[in-house]
Amino acid sequence: MAITLYDFELSGNCYKLRLLMSILKLRYDIVPVDFYPGRQHKADWFLRLNPFGQLPVLKDDDLTLSDSGAILAYLARKYDDTGLWFPDDPAITAEVLRWHAVADDITSTASAARLALGFFYDFDVAKAQKGAHRIFRLMDEHLWFGEREGRDWLCGPAHPTTADIACFPYVMLSEEGGISRQDYPALRRWTDRVRRIPGFTVMSGVFPAGRALEEA
Amino acid sequence: MTSIDPTTRDLWQVISATDEVPVGMVETTMLLDVRLALTRDNDGNPVVWRRTDEEQGDEIDPETIMDRLPAITGYGYVWTSLGNPPRELFPIPEYAEADRKNMSCGSIGLAVSAPRAVENFLDMGHFPYVHTDILGAEPHTEVKEYDVEVSEERDEVLATRCRFMQPKAAKSATSAMEVEYVYRVPHPFCSVLYKSCPEDENRRDVIAIFLQPMTEERCRAHLLQSMIDSTSTITDLRRFQQTIFGQDKPILENQYPKRLPLDPRAETPIRADKSAIAYRRWLSQKGITYGVIPMAS
Repeated sequence: MAITLYDFELSGNCYKLRLLMSILKLRYDIVPVDFYPGRQHKADWFLRLNPFGQLPVLKDDDLTLSDSGAILAYLARKYDDTGLWFPDDPAITAEVLRWHAVADDITSTASAARLALGFFYDFDVAKAQKGAHRIFRLMDEHLWFGEREGRDWLCGPAHPTTADIACFPYVMLSEEGGISRQDYPALRRWTDRVRRIPGFTVMSGVFPAGRALEEA
Repeated sequence: MTSIDPTTRDLWQVISATDEVPVGMVETTMLLDVRLALTRDNDGNPVVWRRTDEEQGDEIDPETIMDRLPAITGYGYVWTSLGNPPRELFPIPEYAEADRKNMSCGSIGLAVSAPRAVENFLDMGHFPYVHTDILGAEPHTEVKEYDVEVSEERDEVLATRCRFMQPKAAKSATSAMEVEYVYRVPHPFCSVLYKSCPEDENRRDVIAIFLQPMTEERCRAHLLQSMIDSTSTITDLRRFQQTIFGQDKPILENQYPKRLPLDPRAETPIRADKSAIAYRRWLSQKGITYGVIPMAS
């Protein structure tokens, strides 16, 4: 087995895979792709890997995969012996995929605002920010009621799934898009829980959770 | 409307990496609250003007642009000015050395004033906490005594004998090393850093940050690397620098006030902030008011 990740350090979608592979203790090689300023994800050699011209791409031996949510599911199904990260149960699978779709909506809003402000993409910042706030409000309510019911994660099981990994990065990077999380306390508590998952790793712009809980 | 002090108005200001400006096509940006458009002519020379109804990506014949702002290229970037700029840009002689890998590392937006970003670039105290296991690591947190002077002759702030223990000082570093830094601030919104080169102990890697003040509280950071590194690719070297810069970004954007206070009593410096104190005083003496909170007179 040889896993290769085509990766851009500042991409939250690439980070989703680095994060799950760190948690699952998978070894992998990185091929850096100069997404910015080089736009290598639109270069011929990259389009042969993924005609949609999007990061990340992951190769596992002869298999070439794209789309972060799809790859999260693949990695969990193939390498997570516990079966917890992408559970087999049909209802839970649907729940996880539902949140993978929310993760894509977070990408098209919170991440779009970040790309516009930080990397000068020609996107409508106000519209992207508004869209992100709408999603964050719904997530905050979902997580707040979850805490009341003893549920710590986005989906029903008593442990995190790939849904949490998929939604985490662009929530955590939202301030770079001018989207404050101040009004979403349950969402913030959830980001702290994600950051305390054993095997958690950071990316540039994401800092580890404080040590307070561990030491207490 | 924000007023632009005469010193700032007459400076050369960076606006884009040269090779990211397409020939015959409009790029748009903002400098000192002024909307700008730019392109390159058939010889590759930059053409910069005040934007009216042009949109990003419009095709344009540069010959038709009559009312132009001054424009030059230097260190891989396009520079312009809203006033009467000096004949030349500040010198970085190392850039011309034939065996160096010179590259832009992307222009990144920051929700903070340009002088705040310069000051962060000068600071070593944050290395172990923000660039953990790369530019610093606990318990090696001490910023040792270093020297700062304002060179009258070159009109720049100079910090020398800056030393720091770094786990991975550069892409080319294979082990931890005590690194020596020299910092120059040759322009109110630009800083150039020289650091020990892991590959050749007699030479120094050069990393520069050129800030484009977009508004008083927003800037665009243009990063230049001029490296001695025979093995890494441009993509590798860019990635290393972007990793560092991506770590600085949230810290910088959480600084308040976003403009840099020049009154020495406004914030409490420690010994490690010697270069920042000299920088603030230098800005004050130059009469810079854009992007700062000037000293009450």
